[in-house]
This record gives sequence, C-alpha cells and structure tokens, in this order.
Amino acid sequence: MAVEHKTKEVTKNRTDFNKKETDEVLISFDEDIEVTGNEVETASKKELKEMPVIMSIENLNKEYSKGKSVLKEINFNIKQGELLSIIGPSGAGKSTLLRSINRMIEPTSGKITFDGKNITSVKGKELRHMRTNIGMIFQHYNLVDRLSVFENVMHGTLGYKNSLQGIFSMYTESEKEEALDIITELGIQDHIYKRCDELSGGQKQRVGIARALVQKPKIILCDEPIASLDPSSSRVIMDHLRKICSEKGITVIVNLHQVDVAKNYSDRIIGLNSGQVVFNGHPAEIDKEVIQSIYGTDFDDLITE
Amino acid sequence: MTALVERNKNGCIKVSKPSRGQRVLKGLLIGSAIFTVIGFFIMDYAGLDLTQAIPMTLDNLGQMFLSPSLNNTTWSNALWQVTITLSLAFLSTILGAVISLFLAFGTAVNLSKPWVSNTIKAFITVVRAVPTVLWVLIFAIAAGLGSVAAVIGMIFHSIAYLVKAYSEAFEEVDEGKIEALRASGASYFHILFQVIVPQTKSFLISWTFLRFEINFGVAVAMGAAAGAGGIGYELFMASTFYYDMQEVGAITLIILVVAIILELFANKLKVNA
Amino acid sequence: MMSKTNTLNVNEINIIQKKNLYLLLTVVVIVGLIMLASYITEYNHIEGVLSIPAAASWMASNIWFSSSTLANLGSVMRLLWETILISIVSTTTAAIFAVVFALMGSKLTYINKPLMLAAKIIASISRNIPVVAWALILVISFGTNSMTGFLALFFGSFGFLVRAFVETIDEDSKDSVEALKATGATYWHTIFKAVLPGSMPQMFSWILFMIETNIRSATLVGLLTGTGIGYLFDLYYKQLNYEMVSLITLAIVLAVLVIEAISNIIRREIL
Repeated sequence: MAVEHKTKEVTKNRTDFNKKETDEVLISFDEDIEVTGNEVETASKKELKEMPVIMSIENLNKEYSKGKSVLKEINFNIKQGELLSIIGPSGAGKSTLLRSINRMIEPTSGKITFDGKNITSVKGKELRHMRTNIGMIFQHYNLVDRLSVFENVMHGTLGYKNSLQGIFSMYTESEKEEALDIITELGIQDHIYKRCDELSGGQKQRVGIARALVQKPKIILCDEPIASLDPSSSRVIMDHLRKICSEKGITVIVNLHQVDVAKNYSDRIIGLNSGQVVFNGHPAEIDKEVIQSIYGTDFDDLITE
Repeated sequence: MTALVERNKNGCIKVSKPSRGQRVLKGLLIGSAIFTVIGFFIMDYAGLDLTQAIPMTLDNLGQMFLSPSLNNTTWSNALWQVTITLSLAFLSTILGAVISLFLAFGTAVNLSKPWVSNTIKAFITVVRAVPTVLWVLIFAIAAGLGSVAAVIGMIFHSIAYLVKAYSEAFEEVDEGKIEALRASGASYFHILFQVIVPQTKSFLISWTFLRFEINFGVAVAMGAAAGAGGIGYELFMASTFYYDMQEVGAITLIILVVAIILELFANKLKVNA
Repeated sequence: MMSKTNTLNVNEINIIQKKNLYLLLTVVVIVGLIMLASYITEYNHIEGVLSIPAAASWMASNIWFSSSTLANLGSVMRLLWETILISIVSTTTAAIFAVVFALMGSKLTYINKPLMLAAKIIASISRNIPVVAWALILVISFGTNSMTGFLALFFGSFGFLVRAFVETIDEDSKDSVEALKATGATYWHTIFKAVLPGSMPQMFSWILFMIETNIRSATLVGLLTGTGIGYLFDLYYKQLNYEMVSLITLAIVLAVLVIEAISNIIRREIL
C-alpha cells in the first residue's frame, strides 16, 4: 500500500529521476511512508505505541524576564522507546523546552518526572546522575574541535567519573571498547584519531550521536540535528536516530523544523506555537488544519519553501 | 576495525594520537615553563631587598589609594594636563587615521597590487618594531622635545596598527559589490568611497576609537618618558622629583578613571560594529 | 507617471544633500577638534611635517657605525638579552595568573557572580593603570633592578591577557561546554576537557603577542627605571652619542623582528 503510494507520488512529480535521487527527494517531500532501503519502520498504523511512560512534564513554564514567557503551561508524557518530534516555527520555544528537560535551562515553574523521580529541583550529584541518563545532540554538533573523534566520544563517560578521573582521561579498557563498538556501528571507525574539525558535518553529527550513546542514556534529546546538514547527510542521521530508537529502545526526542521529516520518522509529533502545545498526536493526523494551527500558514507553502 | 585501533606500551587503547601542532604546543608550554623558572634565577637582582621592598610597596600603595591628594598642583591644573594628554592622543590618532586610510587601500589585497601591498606591509613591520618612545626621542633630535616629536612619534605606531585593522576590514568586503561597480565603469576612487568606506564605516570608527584608547596610555607614557607634557609628566614629577605618594596616587586614579571611561566607550562601539 | 518620477528624483536629491551635509558637518567638527587639540598642545603642523625629513636624514647619517661604537656591541647585546628575558618571564608569569582570572571572569566558566565581578575589576584596574605608572611606583621601593621591570610588565600584561583570554574562552568554548555539561560532566571536566583544549592555542598566540609588545614596553620601562636596554639608550641619548643611539635602536628592531618571525612560525604550527 505504502509502496504503491510512493510510486504514484514519484511518477506524478519526478518521473525523470533515477532511483537514488528519488530517495533523496522522498526524504523531503513524501508524506506518510517508510523510507525504502532501510530495515527501519515507522509505525504506519494510526494508533500510538503503547509503552510505559518514562517522563512526564506538568505545567512547565519558562520566563526569561518578567512577563515574557517562552513556555506556557506545557503538559505531555514521553513514552519509553518512542521517537517524538517537536515541531513549530522558530521562536516557538522548541529549544528552550528541550533544554528544560535536562535542566540546561532552569524552568520557572512546573514539574518534570523522570523514571518515577521528580527532577525539577535536583542538584549536584543527583543532577549529574540525571544528565548521564539523558544524552543530547546539537545543531552545531558542539564537539571539542581540536580533540580526536575518539576523545570526543569518550566525553560521554565523564558523567560517571569524578573530577580527577575525568581530567586525567582515566577511561577503562571496557569503556573504550564499548565506545569503539558504537563508533563502528555509526560508520566513523576510519576517523577515530582525526581531529573533529577535519570531519564533514554529517560525520561530526555521528560523533555527537556516539558521544550521547556512550552515556548509555534512556533518552536522547536532539536539538535541530539536521538543520546544518545537506539532504543526504540529514537522511543518514535521521536513519541512525530511528534505528537507535527501534533497536535499542532508547527514547529519542527531536526538535525539527522540517514537517515532512518529522512525519516520516516519528511515532508521535508535538506541535509548539508561541510556547504552547497546540498539537500532540500521531504523524498521520497532521493535516492542513493542524499545520495552520502550528505555523499559522499552509502546508503547501511550507513544502515549496 | 581492530586494525585501526592503536595501543600504547601497556596494551591499552589510545584515545588520541596527538597531531604535530598539538605536540608542538605541548613542547612550547613545557619549554616556557622551564624558561620562566630559569629566568627567575638568572635575572639581575642587584640591590634588591625583598624584606624591605615589599612592605615599602604596600605602604606606598596604601598612601596612594587610601589618602590620595594633590599637594604640588591644583585640581584644575591636573584636569588641564589630562586635556593635554587627551589632545596628544587625539591628534596622533586622527592624523594617523587619515594616513592609514590611504595606506590601507594600498594594503588590502582585493584593492591593490601584490607588490604595493607587500611593500607597505614590510614598511609597517619595521615601523612597529621600534618602540614608540624611541620614535619620539628620535624625532625630538630633529624637532626638539615637545608636542611635535610626541605626536609624530606616536603617529607611527598608530599607522602600523590602523593600516592592519583597516585593510583587514576592507578585505572582508563582498567581492561581488566591487565587481558590480567595476563593471559599470566606476573609477577606482569611486569604488573606494562609494562602496568600501561606507560598507566598513562602523569597523573603521570602532578600530580608530580603540586606537585612541591605546594612544591615551601611550601619551601618558610619552609625557613621563619623553617630555611630551600632560598628565604623564605630572606623574613623573610627583614620583621622581617630589617623592609624593599621595600625589602619585591621585594622578594614577585620574588616569585610571579616564582610561576606564575610554575602555567602556570602545567596548560599546565594538558591540555596535 | 511623470510626476511620480519627479518626486522620486526630488527625494533622492534630498537624501544626497542630507548625506553631503552630514559628511561636511563631520569633517568640520573633526577639523575643528584638530585645531583645538593643536592649540592646546602647542602642536605645529608645519614643524611636524618638516621633522620627518630631518629625522630621516639624521637616521641616514648615524647608521655608519665607527669602530669605537661597535666595540660597545657586547654590552648592548647583554642588556638586550636582559630585556628580552624580563619580557618573556613577566608575560608567562602573568599568563598563569590570567588563565585563572579569565576562568573566573568568563560568563561560561565563572564560579559565582561576586568572584566574577572581583576578577573583572582587578583585571580592569591592572590594565588601565599605564605601565609607566606601575614602573614609577615600583622603582621607588624595588630600586633599579630587573624586579621593577618584571613587576611593571607583569601588571600591564596580566590585565590585558585576562581580557584577551576571556574573549577567547567565550568565543571558542561555548558549544562544547554546553555539550559536556549535558553529559553530566563536573565543572573541572568542562574546564580541562573542553575549555582548555579548545582555547589553549589561541591563548598561546596571545602570549606571543604580549611578548612582542612587552619587549617594546620593556624599553620604555627601562628608560624610566634605569634598567635593561632602555637605560643604555637613555645614557647615550643624554650624552648626545647618536651613533650609539642608532646602534641600540637597530638592535631592538632586529630583536623584535626576530621574535615576531619566530612567533609567526609557532602560530602556523599550533593554530
């Protein structure tokens, strides 16, 4: 059914494209189908995954200065092993919301429960422990450019170490081997001793993912992970995130501004507009009206953009 | 995969293979640390008695900053001397800026020929290698000690500094805009004053003011060391002639206040640029 | 249609006229200020211009050193070495303190707000008191020896380096510090694993710049405190021994050029 749908789309729009190129086109244009050539599978059924809740966010507010609220009364649950996308126009508060989850930004009020524990006001050791359970990847990769790929990946273990162990790079052999496995899975094993500034954007982002995975997290937060990448690297990154989610059962929360990518890869989508949740549901439920409510504009305008 | 991994002597996996640059930096850091330690031992300490010098310095600093007062001069005179120093700094900055503007046109590689650019750069490198105070004293031989030698001497370093800053700003200008004007048959000077200068105006102003801030400090120094007058000379007199720590303190505080105000201005301009 | 183009033209002309008026006003103000400043400082522009060829001919006539001048080369080199030594040692020592203060003063790595403010104020005071003032204050109690020059240069370099290092940290390490914090790393992890590896080369480049600057400042400090090459310059300058004066100047120029060349080689390697 889905394949049929796809063929129809392709013949309709891009008849003269060869196979490889259509794949790339698909990632940015298609609506509601799996991406071929991968074992990964998006839930194409309309119902959401039934999994235990791993994190719940209640009445979350954030004001940077008095009266200027960026997040208003945010409420939603995050389930174990789902890929959740947060979409919305720039300035909607996506980035602030994501950073409130691991308390890189302190929320003004509200409650975040993670793994049955209230983490809204944990401090010191507990805060660090909480953060080791939540990996994060960034739009600008946020690597230490002058250090090797391997060193950057090993930074993921710092949360488990005390200051001295970390400063003197006292990583155990088993930690290093685990890291190597992750690096190999992500296909950057040829570059382990290269400095990060010698890598391409897509490779840097894979280093970022490896660093997050080394933490052995339960949740990975991704802040616009493909916003600085070209279409083919974007696709590789999104495929990896999908795979991490499906195969390792790690919850992945992604901020995206490409609606079509979100629809292709997510189990669930949350739409944010001026700091409020205006949509929370299955990707298939996204239609013109929903887009209108999130972006205040038409879906077609968004796609042609 | 395993073939790519390198191990050290103990069989442990290496997490990094330092590049040449990293090894060089490490060597330099260790080298400078050793040099510094040795340097402390071979410095000339003739006539130094720390047990006397340190308490005396603290005592002097106490007199300076806890009870500053102008004993040999008046407040109005001190402020007048500050005005003189500011004027010296202003003159050398603005005259230097005008000369630098034209030299920078010749230095920016997108506006000039390579040999012109390299000649000016070489000239500037040599000019900068001579300490300002020596420039001033050399000009004092020709013009006598005073404001002429000070201003001309200070202009040299201002030019060296500003030409570099200006020409780098000019090199940042979008090549397309220059091309477009060239294609429309605009003359060289047309391009310079219709595109290059307006495009980089805020940078030019910000760098020029920064140099003015630096020149204030230089003008104080020239007053003290090269007889250029101004507040620097007052400072020199108070410390070496009157040995009056209270007055040294008062003058230092005046200089400090002016310098901080200039720095705040310069920072503000930098943010806007 | 016709009238529309006309009004457009009129508007354009108005804008151009306004622009020219503004430019004219700026030029008038600047020229006025130059005249005022010249009056205040008793600066004479004609004398200024004339002094340049005069100084050039002076230089030309004094670089043919006689053998008696060259006989002093040994003592020139010895004091030059002393000056270079003080410049390097004061810079490296100041750099160590400056790193600590920069970490306290940077908005990325500060420990707490009062310490941050204190670090910034101390650095600002040390930087804004001119090196000459430090030299004149210190020479009274420390006397005419290397320690005075060392301390004067130390205070000046310290304040400058703190500002440069804070800028380096803020520019180069923002992203990586965020990432390390998010992994649950400690404060010291972020310093040693993100900030220092990321900013060290740029910081070292600033140190090299400071050494170059300090060799020139050391001459000035030496002149005031009677130490190093500055003292020698002052001695012969007052004796009107202009051959020696130009020999010393030449020695300083060569030293600065050599150090600049070495710095540039190092920068190419580490940056």
